[in-house]
Amino acid sequence: MRWLAVWRRNMLVWRKLIAAAVLSNLADPLIMLFGLGYGLGALLPSVEGMSYIAFFAAGQLCTATMFTASFESMFSGFARMQGQKTWDAILYAPLTIDDIVAGEIVWAASKAWLTGSTILGVAAVFGLATSPWVLLALPAAFLVGLAFSAIGLIMCVLAKGWDFFSYYMTLFMTPMMMISGVFFPADQLPAPLLAIAKLLPLYHGVQIVRPLVAGGPPPQLWLHAAVLLAYAAVGYAAAIYFARRRFAS
Amino acid sequence: MSALSVRGLRKSYGAAQVVCGVDLNVAPGECFGLLGPNGAGKTTTLKLCLGLIEPDAGTIELLGEPVPRRAREARRRVGVVPQFDNLDPDFSVAENLVVYGRYFGLAQSHMKGRIPGLLEFAGLTGREDAKIMTLSGGMKRRLTLARALVNDPQLIFMDEPTTGLDPQARHLIWERLRRLTQEGKTIVLTTHFMEEAERLCHRLAIMDSGRIIVEGSPRELIAEHIEPHVLEVHGPGYEAWMERAKRLAPRVERVGDTVYCYGDDIEPALKAVGGELSYLHRPASLEDVFLKLTGRDLRD
Repeated sequence: MRWLAVWRRNMLVWRKLIAAAVLSNLADPLIMLFGLGYGLGALLPSVEGMSYIAFFAAGQLCTATMFTASFESMFSGFARMQGQKTWDAILYAPLTIDDIVAGEIVWAASKAWLTGSTILGVAAVFGLATSPWVLLALPAAFLVGLAFSAIGLIMCVLAKGWDFFSYYMTLFMTPMMMISGVFFPADQLPAPLLAIAKLLPLYHGVQIVRPLVAGGPPPQLWLHAAVLLAYAAVGYAAAIYFARRRFAS
Repeated sequence: MSALSVRGLRKSYGAAQVVCGVDLNVAPGECFGLLGPNGAGKTTTLKLCLGLIEPDAGTIELLGEPVPRRAREARRRVGVVPQFDNLDPDFSVAENLVVYGRYFGLAQSHMKGRIPGLLEFAGLTGREDAKIMTLSGGMKRRLTLARALVNDPQLIFMDEPTTGLDPQARHLIWERLRRLTQEGKTIVLTTHFMEEAERLCHRLAIMDSGRIIVEGSPRELIAEHIEPHVLEVHGPGYEAWMERAKRLAPRVERVGDTVYCYGDDIEPALKAVGGELSYLHRPASLEDVFLKLTGRDLRD
């Protein structure tokens, strides 16, 4: 539990800067949810038996969670590691780089979870998610957060500079968002694109959260959860490997 | 038992050998200096001693713990003042200490009790709530020193603790470091400032190109390597004067436009200084030893 000190350090900073953090992590996705949801929803009949805004809310929950996790682990992580040398300071104490990686990943996932669960709360208040099943979306959001925090932290410890993250965002996150069933059902994609989507974590997050918002158990829940967990676990191991390599020189 | 003992330490990065067979022995309660030009391998040696990087060869024992195998246990009782301040800019002075204490498993309540003493030591009493950005360079350095003491360490590593500080700030740090050794703490410091090493260190080692070239007390090293008196002469006609000085002083060397004379008796050379020449007559210092042993070439 040594990593907890790292988690608490980040949490204390977050508490001090809470206004800006909440605004960027919550206001953005909510504006998009209601703007696109009601705007497009007015043009669309129900999608997969749900109103468009409820359909999109499930996708937006996962996307916003992904973005919070990725921004925190990449940009904020890099600022701590490279700009402020906070990691160096922590390493003089009886902590290792493994503890720091674990603390950073769990922290970014926690912050992402807060984004996801707040969107869920707003969706519930607006009557978009009413079944008790939706409570299962809370652990699901944490799992999505863990998967993307772990991948984001790999990017962080591999990065030579800030522009490195643009590649990841433009070449990985944006296309993934388009094919993972966030805005429209993924099964209307051409088969090869759907096959790619099924290899990526966001698709599986959406596949868990959307049926829960609709009010029932997600089909193949354990498969989707296992994929997310695998991304988190392999990402964690890889982040540790690359972090050790970076700090050994 | 030594506080720090290093045998046959080696570390290379690719083809570059940064540390090539270093042996060190630091006794408990001693202030030990590691001196050397830029790129001599001082910082790498410190990092190896802390277990932050793995050596290619050699053994390290820090406070009785083998490093890197049990580096974490050793670091519980060690403090570090790094070369560049890495205080947490988002936190106040007191928060920096509380958060750092947590990395050692120290509870906030325990730290609250320690903070007044640490701030007093750092000359920062009354600044608990100050933001890091509002602190001067000297204050940041002192806070970094206080941070290194949160766990009441037995041994403190300091990498160039006074680089970039004004004389007032430097003298305050020196006074505090002496206080720490009086309290029985062991200090291992690297520095470029020979004056600092001469004042603070009981013993020191001069390192160059990854090797330790000499080791001893500042006085021993000066007595062993340099004549007690030094005369520096420069100004118009110094070249002609140098030819005369060669017959008057035991050892004469020229660096740029300055002539250096060394000897037990420098009076004859001193009497010969005249005309428009400027001169400085002074006792030999550690800096003379350092430059004699590591050369005067610039290191980048």
